[in-house]
Parts: sequence; C-alpha cells; structure tokens
Amino acid sequence: MKKIIATTLSVLLSATTAQAANVTLLNVSYDPTRELYKDINNAFAAQWKQKTGDTVTVNMSHNGSGAQSRAIIDGLDADVATLALAYDIDAIASKAKLLPGDWQKRLPQGSTPYTSTIVFLVRKGNPWKVKDWPDLIKPGIHVVTPNPKTSGGARWSYLAAWAYAEKAAGGSKEKAKEFVAQLYKHVPVLDTGARGATTTFAQRGIGDVLLSWENEAHLALAEAGGDKYQIVYPSNSILAEPPVAMIDKNVDRHKTRAVAEAYLQFLYTPQAQEIEAKDYYRPRDQSILKAHRAQFPDLPLYTIDDVFGGWTKAQQVHFSDGGMFDQIYKPGQ
Amino acid sequence: MGFTLFYLSAIVLIPLAALIIRPWEPGFADFWKEITAPRVLAALKLSFGASAIAAAINGVFGLIVAWVLVRYRFPGKKIVDALVDLPFALPTAVAGIALSALYASNGWLGGPLEKAGIKIAYTPRGVIVALIFIGLPFVVRTLQPVLSDLSRDSEEAAATLGATRFQTFRRVILPTLAPTLLTGTAMAFARAVGEYGSVIFIAGNLPMVSEITPLLIIIKLQEYDYAGAAAIGVVMLAVSFVFLFALNALQAMVSARR
Repeated sequence: MKKIIATTLSVLLSATTAQAANVTLLNVSYDPTRELYKDINNAFAAQWKQKTGDTVTVNMSHNGSGAQSRAIIDGLDADVATLALAYDIDAIASKAKLLPGDWQKRLPQGSTPYTSTIVFLVRKGNPWKVKDWPDLIKPGIHVVTPNPKTSGGARWSYLAAWAYAEKAAGGSKEKAKEFVAQLYKHVPVLDTGARGATTTFAQRGIGDVLLSWENEAHLALAEAGGDKYQIVYPSNSILAEPPVAMIDKNVDRHKTRAVAEAYLQFLYTPQAQEIEAKDYYRPRDQSILKAHRAQFPDLPLYTIDDVFGGWTKAQQVHFSDGGMFDQIYKPGQ
Repeated sequence: MGFTLFYLSAIVLIPLAALIIRPWEPGFADFWKEITAPRVLAALKLSFGASAIAAAINGVFGLIVAWVLVRYRFPGKKIVDALVDLPFALPTAVAGIALSALYASNGWLGGPLEKAGIKIAYTPRGVIVALIFIGLPFVVRTLQPVLSDLSRDSEEAAATLGATRFQTFRRVILPTLAPTLLTGTAMAFARAVGEYGSVIFIAGNLPMVSEITPLLIIIKLQEYDYAGAAAIGVVMLAVSFVFLFALNALQAMVSARR
C-alpha cells in the first residue's frame, strides 16, 4: 500500500514538474495581425510565467481568414482561432464540430476583444479629392481592394460600401447593388488577401484609393514614413469585428484548455487593450479607446447585425456561389 | 513491377481517383452546370490559351537558348547555364512578386512599355509572361542532351551539297530535334496549366478577364464547395490529359517518319 502511494505521489509530482516546464499554443490567425500577436504573445508569456511559473510559447500561423478556417476544418491543430470575421469560425463549428455553435457567447462583446473598420488610403495630397464613398466611382479613378471571396478584409470593405449606399438618404437595396457594382468596375486588380492589396497599392503604385483595414492603413502609413499616403475617413463605415475562439476539441486533446482560455481572456485586460491600440486595433475598453482618440476618429459605424442580419445571412446573400458579388461580374452587366 | 505499380498508385493514381470521384456527388446536371458557367469557361480559356502561347514562345526561344549553350563557347557560359534552372528552384511566389515589380507601371520594364502603350502586369499578358518564365527550363533541359549528341557530320554534308543555312536547319536539324522539342514544349505547357503561385501576383485576377482556373478552384474551396472545386479540377485534368496524349502521339508519328 505504501508503495502504491509512493508511486502515485511520484507520478503526480513528476506530472506537475513536467507541466511546469513548457506549454505551446497554436494561434491560427488572419493576415494583418502579425505585429499585433507578436506583441500580445510576449506580454502574455511574461504574465503567465509570473502567475504559474510555466513557460508558454504561442506559435502563430497567418494566412487569409477563409483559408485558415478551411485549414482548421481539414485538421490544422489550432488551439485558438483569431480570424477576420465570425462566419469563418461559424464554419469550423458547423462543418467540423470542433467547438460549440454558440461560441460567440463565451467571451464578452460577442468574442471580439478589439474591433476595426474600413478606411480609405490615398496618395499624398489626395489628388482625386476623395472624401466619401461616392467619390470612389468618379470616372477614371482606380480603387484597390482584394477579392471578397478569398479575403476577410475585402468582405468588410464590400459590406461597408453596401451599407453606405443602402443607408444613405434615398438609398435602397437596389441602389446599393448598383453602387457596389459600379465600385468594382473601378477595381483594376483583385488580390487574394489584404496584404497583397496593400503591396499592390503601396509598392506597385497601382490605384488611387486602397480600401483597407484601419490597422493596415496605419501600418502602411508608418512604414512609408508618413509622407507618401494619407488616411481618409468616410462619413460612415462598418464596425469590423474580428472574433477569437478556443477550438475545444483541439485544446482537450492537447490538454491546453486552461492556458488557451487564459490567453483569450488576456486579450480583454487593460494591458492587452493598450497593446491592441498601439497596433492600431480599436480596443473595446472605452477609456483606452478615448485615450487614443487622435488615432481612432469617431465616426458612425454600421454593424453587420443591423444592416445585414448577421454573418450567416450576409455570407449567403453576398458571397456564396452566384450571390451578389458573383452577379457583379456576370457578363453583360 | 509490383513495386512500380504500388509506387505509381500511392503517388499518382489514388490522389487522382479521389479527385475524379468527388464532383459526381451532387449529380451530373450540377457538374455540367458548374463547368459550363461563363466564368469557369473564361478561366479555362485563359489558363489553356495563355499556357499554349507561353509554351509556343518557350519552344522557339528555348531552342535558341539550348543551341547557343551547346554549340558556342563564351565567357560566363557556366553561369548562364545555371541560370536556366532558376525558375525550377525559385519559390513561385517569389518569381511572381519579382515579375510584377518589374512589369508594373512603376517598374523598370513596365514603365517604358506602358509609355509605348503595352500593359503587361495585371492583364492576361502578365499571365503569359509568368508562364514563359516558369516553363523555359523544361524546353532547354530536354533539348540540351539531344543537341550535344547531334553530330555535325550531316550538317557539314548538307553544306557541301549546297544547302543554305536555313535549308540545313529546316531539313536536317529540325527533323532530328522535333520529337524532343515537342516533349519539352508539352512539359512546359503542362506545368503552366497548373501554375498558381507566380501568376496570382501579376495577373490582376479579375473574373472573366484575368482569373486563372487554379485561382477559381481556390475560390470554390473558400466557399466550402469541394464538389465544385473538384469538378473544375477534373476538367483541367481531362483537357491536359487529352492534350498531352495527342502530343505524345504526334511525337511518335514524327519519330516514325524520320
């Protein structure tokens, strides 16, 4: 009996010491979050070490949001998914059943610790005098935005344009369809992802306006030294909510549930919210958002629920096979 | 024999069989609707058309490059010879980004060309340029060994019999090289049809205009439309197979006539 207790104890002890060594998490994210999560992961690792003594390493995988969602469905071992839009995590829940369908209710604010919006990046001096959405269909102007079929950010851009046209004075769904169709006639290049579009606009000199994530636009501005481009805020835009979720089946298999949960909750702490603001994501924390007001101008932002009735519906109406976006490119239109 | 069969099955046949089974799941009518959609047809036309043009250009210039590398001695020849392989080794995305930087309207080549009224990057022409780049080594590398083995006797004989240089090329050299040239060109073509990485960066990717078929497959996958993606894949496979089969037959015919 004594022997059994002794071995049990030693097994327990060795188990705890083994645990105290190293934990790894895989965060599968979308394209423009590289800088953000590099900073977040360092801060979280330091905090976790202090709290538990464990060393946590968060590995990152970046790609287009839709591609990442598909990769997780097909078996990429993500502990957490931090994607560009809720539909891509919904798909993981509905198609591979790796997490419950009501995942968005598990964390505050619909599981989106930070938000962003869609802005215009124009060349210095704003030669086309772009001020608002209607300016994007001036004759001869070129607009760069990625393909909404392959890019999450591009879906938000498309929906922002649509919401503007539908909600403007005298607007309607028909007017919105016409406006968006007009807009895409001014797009000379459809890149597959947000980073690709930024490169096309910034490095290749294509286009007069880049429809961009607010954080991507600030980054492009900072990289160029601030004298090549400027950001234009339209009269309204969309509240882009990039959600985060733990992939239950994977964390249970990896035995990383506790640290994955802590990681996602960490994103809501004042420390992380400050980092998010620094990397140009709008923090949910109102006081921190106010402190960075100069960087995040206040503008009316439509939500996907208000204008489109949620992501599932928006995806089906606009981006499915034969949906609104495909109709724009039907020949003879 | 058994090993060969097992190896071929594991590496080639089973993945292809999986691809061929997939698109029939929703039924033949859906398959037909899928592959005859105007956008799919436009993409197929672009992919096969651009690949054929690129392969033809590679056939002509690949032969010249191979000829020069085999028949002439010049300083730096070894380096040029090694350069030919670069498109094999370079990650295709790197090639695509380099080409789009070069041919964009603010690039070294794109700028002057655009002044002359020719737009390359972000048009179907960009697709052809990228496909020429990745296809060149196939033609050069298949021709080189045959060219080295080609004895000069018959050329000299032709010359003493009073043939002009063009006649010698047309009647003596080309018939000997034709089967190999066809093989190399066919390989360049096959490679070009499936190319994704380098084309994406220079094509512009506009539906109906500059959207290649592999990108359309990726888009279908993004919509979780696996059957649709597989349907387009099967069409590409079938067309490529028929084309390569015809080329092989042609090659056999040419060799037999010699």
